[in-house]
Amino acid sequence: MASHIRHLGLVFRLDRWQSYGMTNAQPTSPPQGQTSDWPQVATAGFDGLVVRFADTLSEPANRAALAFRVAVERAGWSAVQETSTSLVSTYLRFDPLGTAHAEMMQQVKTLLASRDWYDAALPEGRKLWRVPTVFGTDLAPQLAEAAERAGLTVEEAVRQIAETQLRVQTIGFAPGQPYLGELPPAFDIPRQTDLTPQVPEGAVVVAIRQIVLFSVTTPTGWRHTGQTRFRLFRPDAPEPFVLRPGDEVRFEPISPETYAALERDGPDGGATCEVLS
Amino acid sequence: MTRTLTLHRAGPGLSLQDLGRSGYLAFGLSRGGAADRLAVFEGAALLGQAPDLAAIEMAGMGGVFEVSQDTRIALTGAPMRAALDDGTSLRWNASHLLPAGAQLTIGAVQAGSYGYLHLGGGIATECRLGARSTHLASGLGARLQDGDTLPIGHDTDGAVNLALEPEPRLDGGTLRMVPSLQTDLFGATELARFQDVTFTRDTRANRMGVRLLPDGDGFALDGGLSVLSEVIAPGDIQVTGDGTPYVLMSECQTTGGYPRIGSVLPSDLPRVAQAQAGARFSFTLVSLEEAVELERRAAEDLKRLPARLHPLLRDPASMRDLLSYQLVSGVTAGRDLDDAL
Repeated sequence: MASHIRHLGLVFRLDRWQSYGMTNAQPTSPPQGQTSDWPQVATAGFDGLVVRFADTLSEPANRAALAFRVAVERAGWSAVQETSTSLVSTYLRFDPLGTAHAEMMQQVKTLLASRDWYDAALPEGRKLWRVPTVFGTDLAPQLAEAAERAGLTVEEAVRQIAETQLRVQTIGFAPGQPYLGELPPAFDIPRQTDLTPQVPEGAVVVAIRQIVLFSVTTPTGWRHTGQTRFRLFRPDAPEPFVLRPGDEVRFEPISPETYAALERDGPDGGATCEVLS
Repeated sequence: MTRTLTLHRAGPGLSLQDLGRSGYLAFGLSRGGAADRLAVFEGAALLGQAPDLAAIEMAGMGGVFEVSQDTRIALTGAPMRAALDDGTSLRWNASHLLPAGAQLTIGAVQAGSYGYLHLGGGIATECRLGARSTHLASGLGARLQDGDTLPIGHDTDGAVNLALEPEPRLDGGTLRMVPSLQTDLFGATELARFQDVTFTRDTRANRMGVRLLPDGDGFALDGGLSVLSEVIAPGDIQVTGDGTPYVLMSECQTTGGYPRIGSVLPSDLPRVAQAQAGARFSFTLVSLEEAVELERRAAEDLKRLPARLHPLLRDPASMRDLLSYQLVSGVTAGRDLDDAL
């Protein structure tokens, strides 16, 4: 049983990852539809399986990962204890004492073969969130630095971010925290080498054509360019996690005075949402 | 009236813990729960109750506790000095009756890192997202503070004065690991060296991860290599940019971009959690088939915990008030012990 469930090692080059741009045009890797190389299934630790749909970020692979997770949840396999997605992969945690690794692997492969996952639609019930955001000032001190790295004036950087309708590619790292993509090519800027020790909850941080909107206060290597009062993790609310993969977000510029006034607005911090059709 | 536990003094690392919460990984919330899960099962066995009840995890230092009504307690994990205000000392890895109004003082760890105070009926705070455990990294709950009062759940009035010889796990040792997502990236030579060298548990360690310093060179991958952020899980051995491995623990983040050289078996994680700074570790790679066998045995050991209980032999010299000890409680180990054994 061992040979076909050996883990797979994959090499990703940093330069390739950083220069990759997800576009709405046809991605180069992977091509639409399944190829002989993708998707790949690998064990992850004692009780995990990872299904990888690509080795770089692309919209079809992102949609495939999201759709495959939904399919696994719907399949209701008794051994599966928990599932999640990353940018282009789906993860299953299961009980190998109840279902052998080889058997779980086979179930996953059978489900994988049942359709073209790269063709999957985005999740249903997606929402568009408009989030009031202070760009720059002492609330978000790295706007100028990020703009300079992007080769843009501060005004142009804010305009480009504000005009881009970003999509939640994955939720992860911290509870309810979205990775949003993608920004215009100018924002293909690397993470800084040093960590900023404390960037607050609600921060809009930028790197590699993505934005992360922080759900907790945390150290980071991403640049702090905006600040919101949008609370993404509300443990005692009926909907503890506000954003879902596939949701879209626009960061709408406001003044520090408006930001101050939004303190009274509760956990949405002035954010509004509408259902995307 | 609800029974309560009051913390007159709380050490700096006290939190409410259980076996954590499943099902929120996709939302960025890791399972969390007790750093030493085995200690939770031992506490449950000592009190004859379900393992999903919440207990107090004490990192490094205990506190001063008082209950509003007589309450069964059990002490597990890293041993700490525990005594009542009448001078009676309480043995670790055992169950006791804590009389109402008595002050229980739990001091610093004598070995290991995480001690646990379990109560008959468990701590009965409201569940949040399906569990009571504090998830410090996510701000889900908070550390316990001086003056906190917590509700205690209904107890079945079971036995006390039972003891358990815990599985040794406080001093490091050999950790069994299985391959993880990037094991092959490191190459056979580095993987062999990883299993040859000895590691020292660093001072940097918490509920998210434990840093292990290798004797000799680190295990950094060749320059320019990186991995696309993927799911991470407790047990994964992440190698950071400078080549130092971290073993991820219960409150780890849910995704990460550092390569993982392997993943420690779940049943070995209590040893990672309990090691103090300076403890020595080594790793050995096992196949998934061996891992299944090892985990199956560990699961069977958990089931056998109740059968390993034995009556606590008390040293009369350590009991200041022998008479009241038996009368106040109204609980004797007699029949209950027969049931338990």
